Amino acid sequence: MSTRVKVSNVSKNFGHVVALNNVSCEVKQGDVFFIIGSSGSGKSTLLRCINRLENVTSGDIWIENDLVTGPKANIRKIREETGMVFQSFNLFPHLNVLNNITLSPRIVKKVSIEEAEEKARILLKRVGLLEKERAYPEQLSGGQQQRVAIARALAMNPMVMLFDEPTSALDPEMTKEVLDVMKDLADEGMTMMVVSHEMGFAKAAANKVVYMDNAEIIEMGTPQQIFDNPQKERTQRFLRNVLRT
Amino acid sequence: MAKINNKTKIEVTDGVLIPARDDSSIFSAWRIAFYGAISVLVLLPVLSPEPYCHVFKFVVGFNEDWHFDFASSGLVKTFEVTVLSIICALIIGLLVGLGRISRYPVINRICTVYVEVIRGIPLLVQLFYIYYALAKFVKIMDISAAVIAMAICYGAYISEIFRAGIQSIPKGQMEAALALGMTRSQAIYRIILPQTIKVVLPPIGNEFIALLKDSSLVSILAVSDLLRRGREYASTAFYYFETYTMVAIIYLILTLFFSRLVAIMEERMKTDVNQG
Repeated sequence: MSTRVKVSNVSKNFGHVVALNNVSCEVKQGDVFFIIGSSGSGKSTLLRCINRLENVTSGDIWIENDLVTGPKANIRKIREETGMVFQSFNLFPHLNVLNNITLSPRIVKKVSIEEAEEKARILLKRVGLLEKERAYPEQLSGGQQQRVAIARALAMNPMVMLFDEPTSALDPEMTKEVLDVMKDLADEGMTMMVVSHEMGFAKAAANKVVYMDNAEIIEMGTPQQIFDNPQKERTQRFLRNVLRT
Repeated sequence: MAKINNKTKIEVTDGVLIPARDDSSIFSAWRIAFYGAISVLVLLPVLSPEPYCHVFKFVVGFNEDWHFDFASSGLVKTFEVTVLSIICALIIGLLVGLGRISRYPVINRICTVYVEVIRGIPLLVQLFYIYYALAKFVKIMDISAAVIAMAICYGAYISEIFRAGIQSIPKGQMEAALALGMTRSQAIYRIILPQTIKVVLPPIGNEFIALLKDSSLVSILAVSDLLRRGREYASTAFYYFETYTMVAIIYLILTLFFSRLVAIMEERMKTDVNQG
């Protein structure tokens, strides 16, 4: 399987705060790459560096053969190739569901309205919200909003999807409907990087799990390796604390 | 759940209070003032046509047989100055407001200095400056000088409203737009500004009303607005009390009328959003 995302010795500082310290990892095509760790460990920053919502301080990131970091990078191409889903959904409140999804394909990829809408309806059907195409975001529940946000990201045909704590703002019922959509995506072979606290979902859907603490990758492996047989003391302590609650 | 919508409201600190229907004390005060002013405007000329009726005709622009004369109308002049000024001020305000959130330090600095300088000079002094002081280099026509001065001045205030409005939009909106591949300018034009409009509309309505009132300053230049027509009448007929009472009442009715209009517009927008 070819490498989709390659992160090589990346560091990121915010002033004096070190958010990422010499982080390296590789995501292959079709991987469901799970990043766990306590808050402030640098998980979200890592995702945000991959589509350059943040600039790295040092190190390199590649998506396929495109260098993301560095002054010559084609940032827009990189962002077209990466879909991002946010904790706070960030749907556009002044546009209805259909326009939320079709706006970017139309103005960025210059797709015709008919084609964009046809695609949007296919995606809405996939996330189970076809009947909501005329609704505005504030008329939807949190889980529905997040599913629309996933459809919106998919409309750009990304090569890799970045999920930044997609269910942290949702109550358990809604969490499930979002995770179901993500599970379907994973089963269809979408390459995904997921920052989340949903350990159960990680066990069921992930094929790689990374534990981050204090701006560094502590341990990396299959879900079985990390959850059932963690090698590092810090990983063991984190999992004990998380799984107890 | 993070609520991202237009609940943000910019605090209005000066100008007329905008009477929304749900604020009963201000709304009833508005009614008393508005209908009171209209009654006075009707009753005075009826009960005592000389001089009130003549003042009204002269100032608003009716001739002896109640024919409306556009050219000599103080009311038309006042509107002309106000509307032209607010249009120019909105354009300046939007550009400067965008400049103040620009990533380019030079643009940012220029816009900030402009706002600081203009806000530090009284409007009346700016009017004198453009009309009299700059006359040394270019001769600017009366009404153009008035419009330029008012637009430059109010542009600075309105740019602050736009800046605050743009910054009140959650930063996740910009990030989501960028993450979808939009350029910064596409994101501002398609995502940020449409949401900003609803936030800035009430304070801009207030600026319009403030500008309508401040337009009386241009009577200093040779612009025959409402106040200037009043002065012309008073200085020949010597009815100072009667004339300025009528002028004040007319201004009051105008500002109260527009403040209600702004409130209605704001209510409309609110319900539009709720119904989708």
